[in-house]
Amino acid sequence: MFKRPQYIALSVVLLLALIFISLPSRTTAHLKIALGSLFLPLFGLAGSTQKVLDQGSVALRSKRSLVQELEQLHLENEQLRIFTNQTAQVWEENNQLRQALTWQRQARWPLKPARVILRDPANWWRSVHIDLGHRDGITTNMPVLTTDGLVGKVILVGYNNSQVVLIGDPNCRVSALIEDLDRSSSTRKPASPVSHGVIVSGESSILDPTIVDLTYIDRQTPLKPGQRVLTSGLGGVFPRGIPIGQIADSSSVGYGLYLDARVKLSANLAHLDQVWVMTQ
Amino acid sequence: MNPLTITILFVTAYLAVFLTAKMAGMISFLGTQIDLLPALIVYAGLTTSPIVIAGLAIWCGLLSDTLSANPLGITINPLLLIGLVVYHRKELILRDQAYAQFILGAAATAASALITVLLLIATDHRPLIGWGSIWQLMIQALAGGCCAPLCFQFFDRIHRTFNYQPVPESSFRSDREIKRGRA
Repeated sequence: MFKRPQYIALSVVLLLALIFISLPSRTTAHLKIALGSLFLPLFGLAGSTQKVLDQGSVALRSKRSLVQELEQLHLENEQLRIFTNQTAQVWEENNQLRQALTWQRQARWPLKPARVILRDPANWWRSVHIDLGHRDGITTNMPVLTTDGLVGKVILVGYNNSQVVLIGDPNCRVSALIEDLDRSSSTRKPASPVSHGVIVSGESSILDPTIVDLTYIDRQTPLKPGQRVLTSGLGGVFPRGIPIGQIADSSSVGYGLYLDARVKLSANLAHLDQVWVMTQ
Repeated sequence: MNPLTITILFVTAYLAVFLTAKMAGMISFLGTQIDLLPALIVYAGLTTSPIVIAGLAIWCGLLSDTLSANPLGITINPLLLIGLVVYHRKELILRDQAYAQFILGAAATAASALITVLLLIATDHRPLIGWGSIWQLMIQALAGGCCAPLCFQFFDRIHRTFNYQPVPESSFRSDREIKRGRA
């Protein structure tokens, strides 16, 4: 059985745990950042190992395949340049028209590339760590996305890494806008009214992180699978128009008061490697 | 257990937390993360003192919560509880048997996850749980069960390497030997 000093030690541990749990969130965040710095040597080691492996895989590839890939990338780069020039013209025209209507000018999204370095070790949260932090100008609540769509937002910032809460986590609620199916296709029909909803969590599909729940949708909304879901811009964290995903299915809930839908995310959260942080 | 083995136990816990967070491929392959800490706590519960168990629970809990979205300190309690229960019952546990180690590892992993979720709900947090969590718990427990015998083997080997081994006792004594024939 336990002896008296051991009882005292155990009581101290329990007290310590209780103190940690009841600390204010800001203090906890500072403590987490301080404790997270213990992993810096391992982050460095993992980063350099990854670099060596990447270099090794490049060295193993034949010169011919590298030249082929280079040519393909040159071609793609040329196409993207032409597309960027076209977009710049359209962008300028759009801003002129907005100015004429005294609407606010649209700002470009300033993006910073980041690499996912760790995943949340707990199964009941969806979060990742990225290799950008204070020194890169990252602050909390910055949206994070991939080229496919929204990924989440920054919740904790360390010196050289940050924690990103992923869409589908209960701590990452996103106000969403459902685009009309006719509008999202290439047909030139006039814009129909759109509906709003809130992405709350991924409780309906715990095992599949690419599906999230969209709720509080107006019961009159005719929902069809394949309709595009975008950020609505409400709430002030995510700017309007970031693609989230597509409607997978829907059901009436709350005794028919509103609709719930499951959304298949555009970004594959199960295989996150390179992400972009919107720095403004 | 000597201080060096205890230090290795703490360093292994530190590496285990990092490896758990680094094994991102498990999520897409099994749909769940694998927790290596309960197996370590079970080993500590069977071989060390309550002070070391408490220290290890604090160390593992804080490190794990740092890399997770868990509130800081929430994982300390389940690990401490598991360690103490195992310590309290260690005379009854067949610690050298692989199947006993497997069952202990599996039960500790499942209990750790369940207690943490209950504590999260009790402290007004909303963890992501649903029917799929049962599958996650099963796989996690299975993986924890498989990790426990490996953990025992690893630390037993370290213990043998860094400690004096007991000299095998024999009933033979040279001063009592009856010597026959002429001297």
